[in-house]
Amino acid sequence: MNKRADTSNLLFQSSEWNFNTLYRTYDAIKEIALDELGLDVYPNQLEIISSEQMLDAYSSNGMPLIYRHWSFGKHFVYEEHHYRKGHRGLAYELVINSNPCITYLMEENTMSMQTLVTAHAAFGHNHFFKNNYLFKQWTDADAILNYMEFAKGYIARCEEKYGLAAVEPIIDAAHALMEQAVFRYNRPPRNSPMKERARVRDRLEYEERAFSDLWRTLPQRKADEDPSEIERDLSERKKTLNLPEENLLYFIEKNSIILEPWQREILRIVRVVAQYFYPQRQTKVMNEGCATFVHYTIMNMMFDKGQLSEGNLLEMLHSHSNVVFQPGFDDPRFSGLNPYALGFAMMQDIERICTEPTAEDRDWFPEFAGNGDWRGTLLDAWANHRDESFILQYLSPALIRKFRLFALEDETKENHYKVSSIHNERGYERIRSTLARSYDIGVNQPNIQVVDVDFRGNRHLHLQHTVRDGIVLDEHARTATLRHVRRLWGYDVSLVGVEAGSEKILYETSSSKLAE
Amino acid sequence: MPNFIDRRLNPKDKSLSNRQRFLRRARVELKRVINEKISTEKITDVDAGHAISLPVSGTSEPSFSPDRGTGRREYVLPGNREFVLGDRLPKPGVGGGAGAGKGGAADLELEDDFRFVLSREEVLDLFFEDLELPDMVKSSLKEAIAFKPRRAGFTTAGAPTNINVGRSMRNSFGRRIALRRPKQADLDAIADEVALLEAEAKPSPASLEHLAELRRELEVLQRRRKLVAYIDPVDIRFNRFEPMPVPNANAVMFCLMDVSGSMGEREKDLAKRFFVLLHLFLKRRYERIDIVFIRHTHQAHEVDEETFFHSTQSGGTVVSTALEEMRRIIEDRYPSRDWNIYAAQASDGDNLTGDSENCVNLLNNELMKLCQYYAYVEILDERESAIFRSTDNGTSLWRSYRLVGTNWRNFQMTRIAKPGDIYPVFHQLFAKQPKTAKSG
Repeated sequence: MNKRADTSNLLFQSSEWNFNTLYRTYDAIKEIALDELGLDVYPNQLEIISSEQMLDAYSSNGMPLIYRHWSFGKHFVYEEHHYRKGHRGLAYELVINSNPCITYLMEENTMSMQTLVTAHAAFGHNHFFKNNYLFKQWTDADAILNYMEFAKGYIARCEEKYGLAAVEPIIDAAHALMEQAVFRYNRPPRNSPMKERARVRDRLEYEERAFSDLWRTLPQRKADEDPSEIERDLSERKKTLNLPEENLLYFIEKNSIILEPWQREILRIVRVVAQYFYPQRQTKVMNEGCATFVHYTIMNMMFDKGQLSEGNLLEMLHSHSNVVFQPGFDDPRFSGLNPYALGFAMMQDIERICTEPTAEDRDWFPEFAGNGDWRGTLLDAWANHRDESFILQYLSPALIRKFRLFALEDETKENHYKVSSIHNERGYERIRSTLARSYDIGVNQPNIQVVDVDFRGNRHLHLQHTVRDGIVLDEHARTATLRHVRRLWGYDVSLVGVEAGSEKILYETSSSKLAE
Repeated sequence: MPNFIDRRLNPKDKSLSNRQRFLRRARVELKRVINEKISTEKITDVDAGHAISLPVSGTSEPSFSPDRGTGRREYVLPGNREFVLGDRLPKPGVGGGAGAGKGGAADLELEDDFRFVLSREEVLDLFFEDLELPDMVKSSLKEAIAFKPRRAGFTTAGAPTNINVGRSMRNSFGRRIALRRPKQADLDAIADEVALLEAEAKPSPASLEHLAELRRELEVLQRRRKLVAYIDPVDIRFNRFEPMPVPNANAVMFCLMDVSGSMGEREKDLAKRFFVLLHLFLKRRYERIDIVFIRHTHQAHEVDEETFFHSTQSGGTVVSTALEEMRRIIEDRYPSRDWNIYAAQASDGDNLTGDSENCVNLLNNELMKLCQYYAYVEILDERESAIFRSTDNGTSLWRSYRLVGTNWRNFQMTRIAKPGDIYPVFHQLFAKQPKTAKSG
């Protein structure tokens, strides 16, 4: 404690920040993050913004720029209203998965908060973005900002050329299918924005060049042609269409007959944005846990080095504990498991298991219990897991007891919930797998695929919803969304709900039956 | 090297165009809400920012989403205290539960409770929509109060052009005295003495010592002079300016309305728009506006706004009573030398036989001399409007008022059947030269 008296190492003392202290503190954090924690990050770009700009960023999905659409305006007025009324505060920071990694810092933050936030976002999140396999596989941090710029410009040009009234419905419809606009298994091809532009241009140019009025005069195919040939054509076509297809927007973009090239391009843009955010939605717990663990560790190390005063540390701890607060299920403040709390607790737990394992931990985690190398173990976990697999592998009985987790069965037809397991020997496995499953987007999002297209007849598009656990779609939203699909496809679209396993048809609906 | 960028000065309102798109999208719904507000709220509040509560229709963003009321689910929740395996908990109500419905409940709230605030501009845009005002009038009505910078003391920071020399020099002088800045004259005196001593051919040891002492002293004084500057940044004072609203005279606005049974909801709504428009106009030109509501049947009373618009009274119709009442109030409280008096009268044209002449006399002989402007609207049935619109015929009140109209240029009247008809009665108010000189 007596070394506290020595203030010569302190990076800052007042709560006001200025660019000098920011630089100095950044360097101190960087030293710890890279040398002692072994993090590997994109170059950082930290931007100081005001609260209005933060609100702007909120409503554009946190992207520094995004194409124009009324739905972003809707989110904006919503956020603004709640902020002005004091219903909710704004985030201290916002970080973008890009290279260089952009972090927004709020100007209202005190210097202690800026320190915390820099460690949290510019090193915690940044490391996660750069190293987690999902981000590596699915997003292209180098290209995203350029791509968004291209997208914004492209859609603006479309609005100029074809009118807002023509562009807006396409984006509306594409947004409705955003959930079904990601590839979950095969990797999307990468294209740089330059290539992207060139591709669009070439295609349009080719079409203009290849236009020939003569094609119109070609005789139509005779109706009485050999049916087996048509049949063969069809099955071949189906094979090339690669059915079934889970990415509806991709399928429509490639195969809809009625879409103009620019409309396809818009679908593509929406699809790319959806794909870009897909990994973030699968790694909420890990991402926040990683960042929280990193800032917590770094600020303690800084304090030990005498770089932070006790007052600074207390201020940071205060907001840290606000962030990782987890109320019980019956608390009025409860709104689900807090990803910060769960993630942080799990990371800390891993550190504990590595350094001071109990006999139980050795039973459950023989691979790394007591190996002493918590840094390596965590770096490995951050790199190779998403929420679902992370929880499935690393949630320890000790933590289940600490959170007093229990599982609750909810059968809609029953009047009771049933407690299916609690934090005891019999319940650990079940709680762990149930919790992991609840973070699996593949399970939680309705599984809807294109299964068939009637190219020979009325071009009917057949979608199939594989119903799991009897959870069907909200009917109102289903109807509205189906209308959007029909708008993009141009012909009738039907959706069939099939129960997983039994192949029983639960419901069937078609756009031909919907009133426009 | 980290890259810090200060974005605070970048333009904000990046979301403005998206916001406008959203409002356009929600226009029909917004319009309905605003019209509702206009009919229920006070005249003076119409152009305030409004919190709007919007149902989701038209602006919903559908997607394939699971129906929360179906199927089998399993949740993991924290904070178990007493439950053991196999416990059964009753579901609270339908379709929701402690943890289970929680997510759903939050989402539902989000949709039902979609509230946000429209700015004054946006509200006025919607209000003006079917009034068919010329664009110039619209923009001048939206103008906020004008400000003029006014001197208000001194400040330590400001633009060089605003330096107050007298004040700065006074500070400098005080500081120089307090810190004992050596005067140039003292320095010169010592320097002269030094020069004198140096000039001596054979200095005595005493004078040599004196010379050394003088040099030391001179050096100290010179250093002191350097340290205590003549003018230091702390001395500088700037003139401070404060934006002050441009002072305006007072105005009083009389709203006169017939509230006998023949005035229904539609008529009152039209009348209200007519009053609101006049109020907006006055608000632009006067700092303080009083509104007096006078309603009448066969007798007239001054009432508050709530009563004025929302309660009916039975009885005949004697218009002159309202004018009498107005005259009495002017005499009592609003002397015309201190107040700009504006009057707006709305009626369906009914009047007691023979009373219309009284009205004309009252107006011609007394009121019109006091008023800046007098606007009269006669609210017609949609069906009647086609017949009466262009003719001079009409109710006795209309015919009598025509006489007043020919005498006084600041008397305007029109018949209205829909909101778009209101504007002409104010045409003169909004004309380029808004001088409402009395004729005659």
